[in-house]
Amino acid sequence: MGSIRLEGVRKAFGSTTVIPGVDLDIEDGTFVVFVGPSGCGKSTLLRLIAGLEDVSGGRIIIDGRDVANLPAAKRGLSMVFQSYALYPHMTVRSNIGFGLKMAGRPRDEVKRKVDAVSEVLNLAVYLDRKPGELSGGQRQRVAIGRAIVREPKAFLFDEPLSNLDAALRVQMRLEIARLQKSLATTTVYVTHDQVEAMTLADKIVVLNAGRVEQVGAPLELYANPANLFVAGFIGSPRMNFVSGDLAAPFGAATIGIRPEHILVSRDGDGWRGTVTAAEHLGSDTFLYIDAPQTDGITARAVGELGLKPGDNVRLAPDPARTHRFDAQGRALHR
Amino acid sequence: MAHRASAARTATITLVGWLAGFVVFFPILWMVLTSFKTELDAFSMPPKFLLFKWTTENYAVVQERSNYLAHVWNSIAIAFGSVLVSMLIAIPAAWAMAFAPTERTRGTLLWMLSTKMMPPVGVLVPIYLIYRDLGLLDTRVGLIALLCLGDLPIVIWMLYTYFKEIPMGILEASRMDGIGPVREVVFVLAPMALPGIASTILLNVILAWNEAFWTLNLTTSKAAPLTAFIASYSSPEGLFWAKLSAASTLAIAPILVLGWLSQRQLVRGLTFGAVK
Repeated sequence: MGSIRLEGVRKAFGSTTVIPGVDLDIEDGTFVVFVGPSGCGKSTLLRLIAGLEDVSGGRIIIDGRDVANLPAAKRGLSMVFQSYALYPHMTVRSNIGFGLKMAGRPRDEVKRKVDAVSEVLNLAVYLDRKPGELSGGQRQRVAIGRAIVREPKAFLFDEPLSNLDAALRVQMRLEIARLQKSLATTTVYVTHDQVEAMTLADKIVVLNAGRVEQVGAPLELYANPANLFVAGFIGSPRMNFVSGDLAAPFGAATIGIRPEHILVSRDGDGWRGTVTAAEHLGSDTFLYIDAPQTDGITARAVGELGLKPGDNVRLAPDPARTHRFDAQGRALHR
Repeated sequence: MAHRASAARTATITLVGWLAGFVVFFPILWMVLTSFKTELDAFSMPPKFLLFKWTTENYAVVQERSNYLAHVWNSIAIAFGSVLVSMLIAIPAAWAMAFAPTERTRGTLLWMLSTKMMPPVGVLVPIYLIYRDLGLLDTRVGLIALLCLGDLPIVIWMLYTYFKEIPMGILEASRMDGIGPVREVVFVLAPMALPGIASTILLNVILAWNEAFWTLNLTTSKAAPLTAFIASYSSPEGLFWAKLSAASTLAIAPILVLGWLSQRQLVRGLTFGAVK
């Protein structure tokens, strides 16, 4: 069990307000990802839930109980830190079992649980090593083991993969997803990487300057961004924004077209443009195109196109998948 | 080619290193050598390096004239006593400043350090008079109290730097592990702080052992540590170089052994704050 509810949660450091007031419902068993650019308050929000920072106002309700004034140790949550934060003077076994031991659980129960967790995380052979003798990926596994062994109400992850190299990151991402599905424990995961957010989340919370911009399932955010910020943040490469005369026929101040929703052809209908760069990834080609009255357009084409820098092209946005925004940046219904 | 050049470079650096080491070590070597000379050889010009009549009579005379072990005991009591008392005060102080800093923490630290900038001789007379009136002259308790107060700024600074290096994340991790403040200190913080505490004790014991200003000025016989023991050999009757050297060798021997045994901790202690 672990539902988390934030009601008007505020945080200020001195006279600087970092989080002006957040309301959020996290249902039991869901995987929620907080995503946003650095400095958007996502880590602070996580630390407020954890109890590592004190709220300046509002309520944090876990399983129906307001925990805003409870110390971190009493909230029944567990956390995985970006820096791993393992106890350097303890073996892997002690690191994982420390919380249980301190909670006064019987020795054989601690051993059984640590063994079970280390089996799941492929740590069995490292149990007698100290964190200093492990690689980054192994340390991260120990940190995850330490979090799951206590069977908490919820897991909190604070950018857990950002210290790992790219290949390991993908692998750990899959493991975390698999683990969360099998344990069905509520998870709040903070990242600045929208790919992690899209692949892991049941529900994404997009934060900007301490405010929730939009909450929704990954594909919902991709298909129906509520505003320019979300539209620009979710999706890679970034959505193209076009304002002014080109947007006017669509009845919008700004229109947004994802790179994959622009048809590029040598001759045909659409805006004129000149290819400035082409990135060939094999499966895809990313084209960077100079087009009048735009800040440049990025287009994604499937497979290999014979286009080179300097080629003149025509750009035809897919009207059914063009996003329209008003002058305040809010999405207009299609 | 490049390989040979770098080998020559290494050799040069090694040579320079050994030379510098020898220069630094030379006075101690000279003192030890002198302690085995006769008083006549100790004065001879040109100085005799190794070819002299080796004798241990200086050590016998020194031991006869003064009770070496009593001075050693005083040094141990004063050095360890003052450091242990200052640790009792400094650990909680540094702890609080490292883990629960306020706006004034930095100012407090600098203020503490500033007290070390005053030359001790500036307060010699007042302290002497206070000690006389309190009956603390020539007592171990008096010296322990004074050295402890004098050490505190350095001890607190050292501990503060060590404690600062303990990542906050680990403390937070233990909180997330459901561990309360008392057990956090005992099971998480203390084991990580121990090496820092150990090198702080070590370095300050050595500083206190070598402290000569207050120990010389505030003791005469009963509480006189090894510093006073050495000083008693530079007397108005004339300098007895060989005996002075023997006394000095005896005085530094215990701390030299301690330092040798704990080199690694010490180096870490001396460069505190310099390496992350």
